[in-house]
Amino acid sequence: MRLVAFFARNAHEALGLVGQHLVLVVLSTGAAALVGIPLGVVLTRRPAWRPPVLGLAGVFQTIPSLALFGILIPIFGIGFWTAITALIVYALLPIVRNTYTGIAGVDPAIREAGRGMGMTDAELLRLVELPLAAAVILAGVRVATVVSVGVATIGAAIGAGGLGVYVFRGVAVVDDTLILAGAIPAALMALAADGLFALLERRLVWRAR
Amino acid sequence: MSAVLEVRGLGYTLPGRGTGEEGRVLPIVRDVSFTVGAGETLVLLGRSGSGKTTTLKLINRLLEPSVGEVLVAGQRTAALEPTSLRRRIGYVIQEVGLLPHFTVAENAGLVPRLERWPPERIAARVRELLALVGLDPEAFGGRYPHQLSGGQRQRVGVARALAADPPLLLLDEPFGALDPITRFELQQEFRALEGRLGKGMVFVTHDVREGLLLGTRIGLMHAGRLLFLGTPDEFRRNEHPEVRRFLEAA
Repeated sequence: MRLVAFFARNAHEALGLVGQHLVLVVLSTGAAALVGIPLGVVLTRRPAWRPPVLGLAGVFQTIPSLALFGILIPIFGIGFWTAITALIVYALLPIVRNTYTGIAGVDPAIREAGRGMGMTDAELLRLVELPLAAAVILAGVRVATVVSVGVATIGAAIGAGGLGVYVFRGVAVVDDTLILAGAIPAALMALAADGLFALLERRLVWRAR
Repeated sequence: MSAVLEVRGLGYTLPGRGTGEEGRVLPIVRDVSFTVGAGETLVLLGRSGSGKTTTLKLINRLLEPSVGEVLVAGQRTAALEPTSLRRRIGYVIQEVGLLPHFTVAENAGLVPRLERWPPERIAARVRELLALVGLDPEAFGGRYPHQLSGGQRQRVGVARALAADPPLLLLDEPFGALDPITRFELQQEFRALEGRLGKGMVFVTHDVREGLLLGTRIGLMHAGRLLFLGTPDEFRRNEHPEVRRFLEAA
């Protein structure tokens, strides 16, 4: 009840933070997909690159988010760009790995059939491998998005805005309502993103029906 | 009769694995030569692992020959782009050859699409082909491969191989995974089709009865070599022990 009252009083500010949060999540995941999907495709063509690339992405994944922000601040300064960069780094691994795994998981017999019909490598990728791997690739983007909603909350610690602003302010002044005012919308956003991807998957992904 | 396919001294070896084995090679196909003319069906008969399928893949360059040369319609395949070569060779594969996410019509029209035919021409060609292999284009065109029976899938596979009207067809155990009755029906229909199409065909099978029924000539492969090459009648009369073993198994 107190939460409802809080949002009623601070609707303008709250909406602004939700907007900042969305921008962080959409831009970072979008950029990570734009880089990560082609990178995953390259890994299926250059097997030697796979251990270093996936290894490096995995190492970044293990760095705690606050520490990663700390590392990046000297480069990108305080605020938006550091947060975006960190979010991209976190989103890359699931996207690259799932793209690679999805394409590698396409039945070799189907791939050979495509080649046997005279497909070039680009045609094989566009007509066979990407459509058949779409479910796995999309699942990677989905995980990256949901994780990104969570990590973006920490962005408030370095002045990148977003719903974390309420969380950190609430922690500082020991106010449960303020913490929940940040945490609940963030959780709802993660659920909504997850649901959106479920819908997208049903629309986009071919499946034996 | 002009040769649609000429295979001369074809060989394929796999490099030995591991550093200790350098120089040692494992031959898969050795010194295979034959020609196939228009309207002719050469059946490559042999046990599993005898090099039949490998020979087919050396013809359409899914595998690169180690020695020897292949000529399709008089052109050396080594001098051609592999993709354009394969679009000029119909290829029928056992069981999983259809793209699961393509409809029957999309599968049958695949090579014309790769060749960038206009859509109306592809659609017309697909209707013609499906009718040719005994599938009603209206009823089947929009279905997916998993909605078809094994026999229907193989019909689509044959339609797809014929789509761009290639002079040469390679068939890799096309009826291998079918139940005996469907297999018999398709064999009979295929036999009728052979005469009408006038293509050169290489048909791989391990079934000697299928080979004798469909082949104008039989090539028996054993351990990567072509042991015997001749007409079905010559095959029946041949005294080679491997030939006798195959005939006894029939």
